[in-house]
Amino acid sequence: MSTEDTLLYLDGVSVSFDGFRALNSLSLVIEPGEMRAIIGPNGAGKTTMMDVITGKTRPDTGTILFEGRTDLTSLREPAIANLGIGRKFQRPTVFEMHTVWDNLELSLKAPRRPLKTLTYSATREDRARIEEILDITRLSPRRDRPAGSLSHGEKQWLEIGMLLAQDPKLLLVDEPVAGMTDAETEQTAHLLKDIAGKHSVIVVEHDMVFVRELGVKVTVLHEGSVLAEGSLDTVSANKQVIDVYLGR
Amino acid sequence: MHRAFCWLLAAFLALAAPTAFAADLAPLVRGLGAGNYAETEKAIAGLAETGDPAVVPVIEALQAGDLHVRKSDGAVVVAKRAGNGYALTDPLTGGAIGEADRNAVEKIRINNALRRTISATLGALTLMSPDAGTRRQAAEAVFKSRDANALDALNTALAKESDERVRRAMTQARASVLLAGDAPDADKVAAVAVLQERGDQDARALLNGAANTGSDAVKDAATKAIASVEQRLALWGAAQNLWYGLSLGSVLLLAAIGLAVTFGVMGVINMAHGEMVMIGAYATFLVQEAFRQWAPGLFDLSILVALPVAFLVSGAVGVAIERSVIRWLYGRPLETLLATWGLSLALQQAVRSIFGPTNREVGAPSWMSGAFELGGLTITYGRLWIVVFAFLVFGALLVALRKTWFGLSIRAVTQNRSMANAMGVRTARVDALTFGLGSGIAGLAGVALSQIDNVSPNLGQGYIIDSFMVVVFGGVGNLWGTLVGALALGGVNKFLEPYAGAVLGKILVLIFIILFIQRRPRGLFALKGRAVEA
Amino acid sequence: MLTRFFLMGLDKKAGVLLTVLAVLAVAVPVMALGTAPDSPWHLSTHTVALLGKYLCFALLALSLDLVWGFVGILSLGHAAFFTLGGYAMGMYLMRQIGSRGVYGNADLPDFMVFLNWTELPWYWHGFDQFWFAAIMVMLVPGLLAFAFGWFAFRSRVTGVYLSIITQAMTFALMLAFFRNDMGLGGNNGLTDFKEILGFDIQAASTRVGLFVATVVALAAGYILASAVVASKLGKVLIAVRDAESRVRFLGYETDRYKLFAWTLSACMAGVAGALYVPQVGIINPSEFSPASSIEAVIWVAVGGRGTLAGPVLGAVLVNFGKSYFTAALPELWLFALGGLFVLVTLFLPKGILGLAAQLRDRLPARATVTAKPADQKGV
Repeated sequence: MSTEDTLLYLDGVSVSFDGFRALNSLSLVIEPGEMRAIIGPNGAGKTTMMDVITGKTRPDTGTILFEGRTDLTSLREPAIANLGIGRKFQRPTVFEMHTVWDNLELSLKAPRRPLKTLTYSATREDRARIEEILDITRLSPRRDRPAGSLSHGEKQWLEIGMLLAQDPKLLLVDEPVAGMTDAETEQTAHLLKDIAGKHSVIVVEHDMVFVRELGVKVTVLHEGSVLAEGSLDTVSANKQVIDVYLGR
Repeated sequence: MHRAFCWLLAAFLALAAPTAFAADLAPLVRGLGAGNYAETEKAIAGLAETGDPAVVPVIEALQAGDLHVRKSDGAVVVAKRAGNGYALTDPLTGGAIGEADRNAVEKIRINNALRRTISATLGALTLMSPDAGTRRQAAEAVFKSRDANALDALNTALAKESDERVRRAMTQARASVLLAGDAPDADKVAAVAVLQERGDQDARALLNGAANTGSDAVKDAATKAIASVEQRLALWGAAQNLWYGLSLGSVLLLAAIGLAVTFGVMGVINMAHGEMVMIGAYATFLVQEAFRQWAPGLFDLSILVALPVAFLVSGAVGVAIERSVIRWLYGRPLETLLATWGLSLALQQAVRSIFGPTNREVGAPSWMSGAFELGGLTITYGRLWIVVFAFLVFGALLVALRKTWFGLSIRAVTQNRSMANAMGVRTARVDALTFGLGSGIAGLAGVALSQIDNVSPNLGQGYIIDSFMVVVFGGVGNLWGTLVGALALGGVNKFLEPYAGAVLGKILVLIFIILFIQRRPRGLFALKGRAVEA
Repeated sequence: MLTRFFLMGLDKKAGVLLTVLAVLAVAVPVMALGTAPDSPWHLSTHTVALLGKYLCFALLALSLDLVWGFVGILSLGHAAFFTLGGYAMGMYLMRQIGSRGVYGNADLPDFMVFLNWTELPWYWHGFDQFWFAAIMVMLVPGLLAFAFGWFAFRSRVTGVYLSIITQAMTFALMLAFFRNDMGLGGNNGLTDFKEILGFDIQAASTRVGLFVATVVALAAGYILASAVVASKLGKVLIAVRDAESRVRFLGYETDRYKLFAWTLSACMAGVAGALYVPQVGIINPSEFSPASSIEAVIWVAVGGRGTLAGPVLGAVLVNFGKSYFTAALPELWLFALGGLFVLVTLFLPKGILGLAAQLRDRLPARATVTAKPADQKGV
């Protein structure tokens, strides 16, 4: 398969902080429309991987291509976001002082330049889209509440809603079900699977039940590089994986 | 009546005072007051010929403009102002010979030509002095006057001279005379070499003269020598700048080092830091007052006593501030900044109300006064001690943070508060003591700064911005960064000063820091990685 | 469309404030010019100038609130923009003196004659025209802010670091303006103004005119600021204040947003300074001192940051207090001001207006009070 057909292409990406190698020649390929689960022990480089993809951290060496042609290593976060890469953080980060509605309005796909936002007023389609997302994320009753007053689970959902509003080609989701009840976890899995139809998704997760629920290809990271890749059952049977991660 | 009395008295003294050789010299001395420059010059030459050291004070008095002619009898006397008139002394013996009215004496005038003769004569006379110091000074005097008349005396003295330093000075003086006169080229070229060796501003001036007027061979040698001297001078100039930079850097280090603890280690923005320095300076003032009052003889020790006092006073104020205000504001740096600014205003006003708005006098102990020469450098003891002190404080802090249990607690609390708490470290107490430590160090800085700056309520204001610049420039949370930052900023500042002037130099440094912070927002020695963002 | 833009930010608070300003704009001229000097309702020229000064400070506080309250940039150098605007106006006023100065030189201001200068420096050209000076009043602070902000925001200098370099900026300007070589009057600054737009600057009617101009500028500044804050851009700004990196991952170039607010704020501060100078009659480098910038911060904090109306109220209240204290109990003023800093940050973190709002709807307070030093290494 040529790199042109990939959505995201990482090759030989390395990052080190003060001598500590967070990523060690990491290579990873995501195809359009694919959902991928990334697992690995603490310090395996999962969050750093998200950081280099989204421009928060610059890799020391390596190539990162989006849609087979755009080099992400030279771009800043907003530019990467506008290419169509959305990110959900490990700790839910929503704009607490803004209402749920405003959070979604800020995320909605629309011109991002200051003067455009100064004169922006929501069109009928914009409002309809926000209503739709409110429905999907079951936040309609909360629309005028400040996001800071939501429960932990609701914030996670709002953040997923914000990703939907962004309408990215690739979603990076960091531990979406941390701190959720079993019921919420199950709903989140359904929600992500719905999204995966139209978008590519990378999910980083510790919760094995949740990963099994997703039922997608799994990549195991260890010490900053790929240890194993395949279905959950395949990697679960991998001796190395058991040693470094699952066995413990 | 009064005048007659004086006359009588003088006459009596003149009879009583003379000694054997003074009698021989007396006519020559009298000749100094003959009334015109030529006569005076002749008399000087006559005195010089005697080679008698007793002549030296006479000619020195002439040089200083103290030598007068008494109108009543034409006697040459040393007259010094005393009340409305003059007190008279005999130039040869130094014995008092009464007083005179202002109009009763007339000053012996000298012109520039005479002035030169005088210094050359003095030079020649003193070249034979038994005291090596005097001989060296005399050689220097000849070096400056370039008087050809002194050449013979110089040659004689050189032949006898055994002291190495005096010899060098005499050789240089001889070279200066030769170069200025009309000696053969070979001598002049040799003189150029000697002057090149000397290599200071005076030597350069002489060489410049030779390069413009001498024969081709001399010109050539002089031009080469000038290049070498200039290089050497530039080197010493750089060294002097380096010293000034080091000196300023150590002052910055002292002011910033406490901030490196409160801001760097704890992350607390203490805008009242400058006031901790100010309090330390006032503590020094109070300690000195106590010494002046009760133990003036031990005044030299006052600074040493002031150190622990200032540390404890500033530290106690710091602990009080931490417990009453700052502990409520942890995690809100901007609010901390504002509250501590308010405290700094109140502290300034408090000191102003107690001690008054004017500067307070803080004296320097004798061991911190004066200066010494090191090659082409002039170094004052006060600055030297401050440099030493700054490094001592820095070293002590480093050891305290690395090797003591208290330092371990501070680092534990900084790195993981809840874990430290769980391990039995009393975090609240560590916070208070850390802040107290930072403030106490500021107090120590105040002791040092009281020696070189005005002790006024505004003392701290002058240092607060600089201190923050140093800590931010060096990288927050890194003591070594603070050291490098302070020395670098001090050095840059002093190197810019000769070209840009003090104020513009400072502005340039501020602009440089503003640009630098934008390039490396976390300073010179920044922590990298996830810990920073967390 | 434009009207709607400007009106969308106006709420009840704004209504009250604009009404008060409208009343002032009518009542002050009537009381100053339309009443007999011995009437109890009469306002002296001095009082009018004092009120005008308070309102200039209110505009400065408003501009500061725009960046501190809504973008989270605590500027400790806003007095720099204020003073630059003031100097631009001062230069115009100096040129209006013409040959009426002490030395009677029609081409050069007195201080240049005193320094034996023979030619007007290039940067003084144009300042004999009011329109030119009026543009410079906003352009000079605006350009400085743009250049400063462009560097600072692009390199992501935030929090206390940003605060400290804004302080260094105003400190450097103060040192520079103290120099005679700057050609702006050195230590003494610019003073002894005679007239503005042809009106005698000392006359009661001119003072009233300047006061009304200040009221209008403050009202306009308020309406503009509310409109900006209420727009989607304003929501982005607040989002930047609360979670800047999150905003970046949404695709907003946060640097540009900050730069927009920062530059706009500097221009507003410049206008405030320009109105301040003819009313107090002097501008000198001590206005650049870091202390004046921090004092402006406390006006905002007292009134309530992020409320726009609060800083206006805070500026007037604190400066009224300052006038009272420095006249009656000069020894105590710095204690009072210092105490105000401590009390407001400890007990009134949202200021007077914020307190009211806080009591109304009890939002779950963000867990900031319990956070300890180790948690904020990244500041």
